[in-house]
Amino acid sequence: MSAAAIPVAQIKTITMSIYRYDPTLDKKPYMQDIIVEVPTDKDIMVLDALHLAKAQEPSLSYRRSCREGVCGSDGMNINGKNGLACVTPLSEVIKRNKITLRPMPGLPVVRDLIVDMKQFYDQLEKVRPYLITKSDSPDIERTQSPEDREQLDGLYECILCGCCSTSCPSFWWNPDKFLGPAALLQSWRFIADTRDEATDERLDDLEDAFSLYRCHGIMNCVSVCPKGLNPTEAISNIRNKLLTRKKA
Amino acid sequence: MLVNEVINAKDLPVMEFDGIIVGGGGAGMRASLQLAESGLNTAVISKVFPTRSHTVSAQGGITCAIQSDDPDDDWRWHMFDTVKGSDYIGDQEAIEYMCSEGPKAVFELEHMGLPFSRTEEGRIYQRPFGGQSKDYGKGGQATRTCAAADRTGHSLLHTLFQANLKAGTNFLNEWFAVDLVLNADKAVVGVIAFKIETGEIYYIKSKATVLATGGAGRIYSSTTNALINSGDGIGMALRAGMPVQDIEMWQFHPTGIHGAGTLVTEGCRGEGGYLLNKDGERFMERYAPNAKDLASRDVVSRSMALEILEGRGCGPNADHIFLRLDHLGPEVVHKRLPGITELSKTFAGVDPAVQPIPVVPTCHYMMGGIPTNINGQVISVEHGEDKIVDGLYAAGEVACVSVHGGNRLGGNSLLDLVVFGRAAGLYIEESMKQGIEVKDASNDDIEKALERLNRLNASTEGDQVSVLKEKMQQNMQNNFGVFRRGDLMEKGIEELAKTREEVNDIFLQDKSATFNTARIEALEMQNLFEVAEATAITANERKESRGAHARDDFTERDDENWLKHSIYYADTKEVSKRDVNYRPKTVQAFQPMVRSY
Repeated sequence: MSAAAIPVAQIKTITMSIYRYDPTLDKKPYMQDIIVEVPTDKDIMVLDALHLAKAQEPSLSYRRSCREGVCGSDGMNINGKNGLACVTPLSEVIKRNKITLRPMPGLPVVRDLIVDMKQFYDQLEKVRPYLITKSDSPDIERTQSPEDREQLDGLYECILCGCCSTSCPSFWWNPDKFLGPAALLQSWRFIADTRDEATDERLDDLEDAFSLYRCHGIMNCVSVCPKGLNPTEAISNIRNKLLTRKKA
Repeated sequence: MLVNEVINAKDLPVMEFDGIIVGGGGAGMRASLQLAESGLNTAVISKVFPTRSHTVSAQGGITCAIQSDDPDDDWRWHMFDTVKGSDYIGDQEAIEYMCSEGPKAVFELEHMGLPFSRTEEGRIYQRPFGGQSKDYGKGGQATRTCAAADRTGHSLLHTLFQANLKAGTNFLNEWFAVDLVLNADKAVVGVIAFKIETGEIYYIKSKATVLATGGAGRIYSSTTNALINSGDGIGMALRAGMPVQDIEMWQFHPTGIHGAGTLVTEGCRGEGGYLLNKDGERFMERYAPNAKDLASRDVVSRSMALEILEGRGCGPNADHIFLRLDHLGPEVVHKRLPGITELSKTFAGVDPAVQPIPVVPTCHYMMGGIPTNINGQVISVEHGEDKIVDGLYAAGEVACVSVHGGNRLGGNSLLDLVVFGRAAGLYIEESMKQGIEVKDASNDDIEKALERLNRLNASTEGDQVSVLKEKMQQNMQNNFGVFRRGDLMEKGIEELAKTREEVNDIFLQDKSATFNTARIEALEMQNLFEVAEATAITANERKESRGAHARDDFTERDDENWLKHSIYYADTKEVSKRDVNYRPKTVQAFQPMVRSY
């Protein structure tokens, strides 16, 4: 996106108020206003606007990769709500020519809009996010009916952006003990897979006061998920499974 | 030691692994899985968290004769299609290996948990893709592309990441590999890499280094590629004195979303979608009477470009083509193509179940790359003879093995990366068992691989990355696109030559060691530039039209002079030729024919 290539009449200026912090240079974080010129004849994404800001201020740091909402790199807090910069149109979030960008809350800030995702990934690994089978694999693929496969829709699409877990107060309070919506969605993705043969072990792992049960169903995760997934539903599916297992 | 200091080889800390893989996409993680499962101490060095790699964006599927849709399907038919698709400069031994080993590699993915879509019988769902045929082109359209809805790449990448977690692979995530380290024998003995978050820098030593860094579509201004696709492995190889092969062969995908460049899968046309010009004409019937919209990508892209050039483009500026899907009904569109629905709404403001998607041919895939044999071993060409580079392997888009030749068929890239990532892993596993002895790198050897970083740290003035990048991308877009012409290419090469020094002496204003994306972008820019220059010079040298390389001044395929791979070295900037492999092991070679669809 080049501002220089657009005729002047089709440009307006906006203020991007961006959280800045480089621990090696700054004593504490601060908000920096960067004025950028954006086209008026077409909408651009927040990520495009960030590129324009970075062209002026090369030290500005943020993660990005696919720029089409499938890699999950550019989760950030946009005007107070978590989302992916690359699929958030500027027109939807700009207010009085201003937009405010902060790192996703609840995780340590590495620099500017970049957070340390270690805790998020550690929790993911705890649910053993891979297919576990005990029987021998056939020479060709395992069969699975379209209906059984459909159980994975709404689960396998997760892009691990972290928008959900970092908008969850239970995760903020206990990021080491509560697994968080993203990891629990993955847990259910494997419990729900008819090919997986470790359901009992998976459920055992979740049966403590924190891992799963710290979810209080406030559904922030659902409202921010850029892929339209529903971790709260996955969590309640796991609860039901635990409950029916007890009865049996 | 930090990346923003003056870095000396003698003080540089060392990390050591049995095998290292640079790149955490599909090829890299398939190779690492093989090594980790065999008990070798394996590390993946990835500049992004692995699931952010560009494999994630692959949509339509992985082409393979698994005999789900058609129990009579045959990998030899797939081989025939791939050879024809390559415009006869794909290596037939490699294509034979890919197509025959493919089913095993795909079933392994399913066993790892890849959530493939299913048929009523519970088998893997397959859809038709471009350039596919039954019975060696005589039996009509085949249905051979295995799919997980239109999120096959995402599913494949996540599945491989999951399998690597299970296998205990070491991940150096958000680490950036700068350059290869070569010993006195010119064998590769590891890389210089730094941890992006902290700037800690290491010599990562290994007897086997696999480059799996993917493509470099960002040399063009309009591309389906992720922002991270900067050809890092190509840059590293060229700087280390290795060649690239067929680097002039760039695939322009027929259906990138107009304006945004984001990909719309060929699976749309596989499911029954078709292209329309402004008159509402299904113009592909004119260009490819048999395969129509499912002709090879190079053919479809050229036809679209011609429609636009001749004034039959759609929209107020007549600058795009419509891809129509609404006749398939919302059921098919939403169930089989949910990702496309989402992308079209976000980037084109249309619901494909109701309105057509505006599309244009968009840079998509690098058919060329670092030449390798079918074990992934990198090959250099000395006095016309192939010579194996010890310690260095390449797989996936960065490599040119070569299964795609002048034009890749849809669905063959995912197959390429799992088959050859696996093959490299298997070969390394075997050679480790037999024992490998290599000379250690001297401090001088390591110093060479540090040069680029030290120069960047010392920079006090010069051009910023964003300015240089835009100039290069415009140049490539204008002079090395779908149609090419000698005089324009020469102008483009001259422009690149003028920028060469500025790119070498790029100015890094921000010297921070902490997650410094400006430093990453500067290093990436230098890699992109190597790819751009190699592309430009080689494209001008290939004086014929073949596959994706279409010249207005040499419109015909010239088998007499150019049924050859091109080989380019950066130090001499010279192009030579290498024989194409016509020696498959179990079938008769397919001889060049007129290529029509």
